[in-house]
Amino acid sequence: MIELRSVNKSYRTGTNALHVLRDVDLTIETGELVSIMGSSGSGKSTLLNILGILDDYDSGDYRLNGELIRKLSARRAARFRNRHLGFVFQSFNLMPFMNAVENVALPLYYQGVSRRKRLRTAEEYLERVGLLEWADHRPAEMSGGQKQRVAIARALIGKPRVIFADEPTGALDSGTSEQIMELIEEVHREGITIVVVTHEADIAARTQRIIRLRDGAVVSEAS
Amino acid sequence: MFFDRWREILETLWRHRLRTSLTALSVAWGIFMLVILLGAGSGLQNQIEYEFRDDALNSVWIRPGRTSQPFEGYRVGRRIRYDNDDFDAIRERIGNVEHMTGRVYIRGSALVSYGDRSSTFSTRAVHPGHLHLENTIITDGRFLNVLDLRDRRKVAVIGRKVAEYLFGTEQPIGEWLSIGEVRFRVVGVFDDTGSEGEQRMIYVPITTAQVAYGAGERQDQIMFTIGDATEAEALETADEVRELLAGRKRFAPNDVRAARVSTPIAEVGRIRALFGAIRAFVWVVGIGTIIAGIVGVSNIMMISVRERTKEFGVRKAIGATPYAIVSTVVQEALLLTSAAGYVGMLAGVAVLELVDRYVPENDFLRDPQVDIGIAISATIVLVIAGVLAGFFPALRAARVPPVVALRDE
Repeated sequence: MIELRSVNKSYRTGTNALHVLRDVDLTIETGELVSIMGSSGSGKSTLLNILGILDDYDSGDYRLNGELIRKLSARRAARFRNRHLGFVFQSFNLMPFMNAVENVALPLYYQGVSRRKRLRTAEEYLERVGLLEWADHRPAEMSGGQKQRVAIARALIGKPRVIFADEPTGALDSGTSEQIMELIEEVHREGITIVVVTHEADIAARTQRIIRLRDGAVVSEAS
Repeated sequence: MFFDRWREILETLWRHRLRTSLTALSVAWGIFMLVILLGAGSGLQNQIEYEFRDDALNSVWIRPGRTSQPFEGYRVGRRIRYDNDDFDAIRERIGNVEHMTGRVYIRGSALVSYGDRSSTFSTRAVHPGHLHLENTIITDGRFLNVLDLRDRRKVAVIGRKVAEYLFGTEQPIGEWLSIGEVRFRVVGVFDDTGSEGEQRMIYVPITTAQVAYGAGERQDQIMFTIGDATEAEALETADEVRELLAGRKRFAPNDVRAARVSTPIAEVGRIRALFGAIRAFVWVVGIGTIIAGIVGVSNIMMISVRERTKEFGVRKAIGATPYAIVSTVVQEALLLTSAAGYVGMLAGVAVLELVDRYVPENDFLRDPQVDIGIAISATIVLVIAGVLAGFFPALRAARVPPVVALRDE
């Protein structure tokens, strides 16, 4: 599903070039639940952004579902993300002025689905994450765990092949983290490939495979 | 999908009510003020034109005065009055006299009666040429003619209001009415484009009045039209008249207060120049108001786009194309500014309409109206400004990689 070959990425800050990713080789099979671990500054977020086509890379190859992803136009990248990828963020990134069901329905708006149909679909997905009765509430009225469930429902609604979760439990207490991980595992059991970025060992331990990054290079892969 | 998109835009506007209402206010206020300003300007102009429409503009008016300079041993403050000889002298010596008339005012407001109805009306004793000096329109019968003057006939031409009051629905032509002690036969009825006072006027032959009311040879006022003379020619004629009268009455030719000779066309010219200045001022203020509106809209649009950088990042992460982002912002700006501009325009026009309807006739404003084309153009300018003010920051925001927009600070 995901194939990285010698991917390099550096950021230019003034006169210094910061080499964030060094010759990263990586393969993630369809249906895997994988975690990427590393301390802060190890390049794990950059890696996730490249995998999620949120950011470009300097050299190497990235194939997603067999298709070469390189220097896509903003328009094609947006299409690709919309149709094939789902995102879950540490800080949820819900629209504060929309209620839960509207937040979940948003990706379908960019697919051109009619309002009535996308709200109905969004309700189904809210029900899946156990929040149907919260459909009319705005994010500000919800707990962190509830917000992350809404975000997961939003990531799922576009029927993605891969879901990228960036520190999905980073802002949650351990009890709530547990529930979110259960939900992620449940989604995984339905056959969706999931990549979790975390620095918490107990979260990483719940995935099938851990990819460790240090100073922008893959140091070990353990299952 | 079309309605869906607009629904989305309306909802966004509704969710950001404060921002929306501030932008709307700044646009609506700009257009509103412009409409009011232009309306006030046109009202001022209409009033000025209205005040001059009664009298022939290309004319010279000669009123009696008092000397303000000693001359040939005569003292200051001597009264200068005119008689029939002065009238004839002006007619013969001044080159471009067209229609000419003298005027004798019957002393006091004489009681005018017909049958058992009577009231006071003003009576002017004039020459036939008077018809061309006031915008007198004969609606029935005829005006005074040279035979009336030669034979000192006791005939009168009465204003519309006089006819309505004294005769009601009766036909006044041929009837006899009394002005003071003297009886006159009505030969004509007229209307006048001027004030109601002009319609309450009675005209009788000047020769008749001079005899009947003991005015002798006196003429209280002399005026004549001067064809299509220019403003400069009119002023020149006025000077000639004053010099002629100065020679006849022995006063200094440059003593403008001895014989008060005026030319409406020159006054109109002065007022038109003043009005031009006022109109320029109105435009400067109006354009200033529009620029203030543009600055206001631009500021709010730029701030709002900056505020939404993160929102756009999230939208892009979940599949919004840059085009979708930019077009959403532009459509929001378009809808908001055009709706607000329209409201401002309507409000301005409504205020002008209310002023026109409920403010009584006055000396300052008449029929204030705004050229709707100008109001619409101003609205379009503001709409374009609002759209551009949204477009460029939105374009920049849409180009920001989602990673940067999403970064947690």
